[in-house]
Amino acid sequence: MENFLQQALNGLQLGLVYALIALGYTMVYGIVRLINFAHGDVFMVGSFLAFYAIERYRLPLPAVFAAAVIGCGILAVVIERVAYKPLRNAPRIASLITAIGVSLFLEYFTALHQVFGPNYYAFPRPFRVVSFHAGEIAVTNLQAIILAVTVACYLVLRFIVYRTRVGRGMRAVSYDVVTAGLMGVNVNAVISFTFGLGAALAGVGGVLYGIAYPQIHTFMGIMPGLKAFTAAVLGGIGSIPGAVLGALIMGQSETLTAAYLSSTYRDGIAFLILIGVLLWKPTGILGKPRAEKV
Amino acid sequence: MKRMSLAHGALALAWMALGICAAAAAEAKEIRIGLITPLSGDVKTYGESVKNSFLIAVEEANAGGGVAGMKIDYVIQDDRNDPTEAANAANLLVNRYRVKAIIGAVTSKASIPVSDIIQAARIPTLTPTGTNPKITVADGKRKDYMFRSCFIDPFQGTVMARFSRDTLKKKSAAVLYDASNDYSKGTAEVFRDAFRKMGGAVAAYEAYGKDDVDFSALLTKVKGSGADVLFLPDYYSKVGLIARQAREKGLKVQLVGPDGWDSPDLVKIAGDAIEGGYFSNHYSPDDERPEVAAWVRKYKEKHGQVPDALGTLAYDGTKLLFEAIRRAGSDDPKKIRDALASIRDFHGVTGKSSLDRNGDSVKSAAIVKIEGGRQKFVKTVNP
Repeated sequence: MENFLQQALNGLQLGLVYALIALGYTMVYGIVRLINFAHGDVFMVGSFLAFYAIERYRLPLPAVFAAAVIGCGILAVVIERVAYKPLRNAPRIASLITAIGVSLFLEYFTALHQVFGPNYYAFPRPFRVVSFHAGEIAVTNLQAIILAVTVACYLVLRFIVYRTRVGRGMRAVSYDVVTAGLMGVNVNAVISFTFGLGAALAGVGGVLYGIAYPQIHTFMGIMPGLKAFTAAVLGGIGSIPGAVLGALIMGQSETLTAAYLSSTYRDGIAFLILIGVLLWKPTGILGKPRAEKV
Repeated sequence: MKRMSLAHGALALAWMALGICAAAAAEAKEIRIGLITPLSGDVKTYGESVKNSFLIAVEEANAGGGVAGMKIDYVIQDDRNDPTEAANAANLLVNRYRVKAIIGAVTSKASIPVSDIIQAARIPTLTPTGTNPKITVADGKRKDYMFRSCFIDPFQGTVMARFSRDTLKKKSAAVLYDASNDYSKGTAEVFRDAFRKMGGAVAAYEAYGKDDVDFSALLTKVKGSGADVLFLPDYYSKVGLIARQAREKGLKVQLVGPDGWDSPDLVKIAGDAIEGGYFSNHYSPDDERPEVAAWVRKYKEKHGQVPDALGTLAYDGTKLLFEAIRRAGSDDPKKIRDALASIRDFHGVTGKSSLDRNGDSVKSAAIVKIEGGRQKFVKTVNP
């Protein structure tokens, strides 16, 4: 039983980080119907920015988060302007392929020696990780921080989406781009903001991931990106609570697979879930079926 | 100190004299050899020290007038510790650069594809550091152009099992290994079987994937299994991650491992979580033999740090290849191969070694402890 609880806790830690990435997928999809495959790589850039902020400039932790958030936000806005905006009215498959292109570009461009370099770097710990024991169960201060930061991000996100002017714009654009535009919503600004917001969350995820699993390289975003994408689909892509729920399920399924089956099956099971959802409930757990407009 | 450098000078003079005679006979011929090593990616510290050491050996040989009257010309290829890249590198060296012999690759998983390519092309190749048996023998068939100048995994797996059982008096072992890495898997199997044979129990034997970074589930399992020693057969970057998470999960097991641990970056990644761990290695810079001290000084002068075992093996391996070229007296790959196969009792920095009929080196291992963030020599284990 203790073992199971401990494993569930391990899964929670993983799931919370996935949630931060999944939110970006789901928001961008909700608004422009684009699966932004470069999102996992923006997450990677967030990790690297944090790495430089800590290792080279020795910034305090809040400044590290700020660097990753701002850096990722700007990067995503630029990506949207350069790569996606020109294709907004093109067939959706064109944007999708462009997204894959941007993803590969980010991975290989940053792997150049002049950028981040092709190596594996040890991510420095900005604070000491201590574990507390409650009976047989060990909880680390890191896990507490991940939980607190993720919950805070989620609350801020909800506040922005439901309580602010730009949030109202986002919801309007997600409902109907053309009408929202006609009603005076600045669609371009709203879309840019959405990309930036999603990337900022990925940046936070990148910092936490780097601290939790302290080894980074330029291809580190692929797997978490795909897992978070699966989580967003599982929860119902376009739905914000759905992304979090999906991510928590993914974290648990992965950890429990590793714990009770074999670690080598963890990725396989994760993608089996993706296939299963797409086959039997493509709208996901919390997603609403959307009538195709003619 | 003084005597050493005198002896050195005399040796260099003798080499030079030999070289000059030979060069006069063969009119500055060149022999081109290749080096395949990971200069980027997850094990780049291996690749860098191998390259540095290879270059020292080449420079020495050329300063001494070359080998068998031929100047050494070389081409270096980066394999990023990726089997596909390693195969590309081997193809390039064989087909485009037309090398006569190759040193490489460094890791087992890169050396296995290389061995198949060079065997088909009949280019004698020597991996200085790849320890998996499959590099020289596959499906019971000897790849007769492939050699190695280090011991093999069954040896180091057994050494660490015996050390854990007899010296550390551990009763129950756990093993975590990378199922996609031949080196990791091979060493894990040998350790498991040897530890059982010596009367120990294997409480957990778990695989993970190449890109896994979250080991919390496996480590929780290990904790629950009650093992008192954890064997981690992988390269330093993975071992560092696992060790760190093990400490954070409150695991208090003794960590042991094979030569993949040997990198200054291990302590950087693992921090004090790796403190007190033991691993088997090919040599230790603290070993008191004079060859070791001379080599450490030479390397330090050039590169400002103590050479690791991989670099040292590369130095020995390159010298071993040069010895074979000298004996062959020609740049004919077939003759170099035959000469390599006949070498017995070669004296290198890492000790005396002979190539057995599988082209594998038979030599001793050093056991090293990580203490105060540094490697400390514990003892030598003979085959």
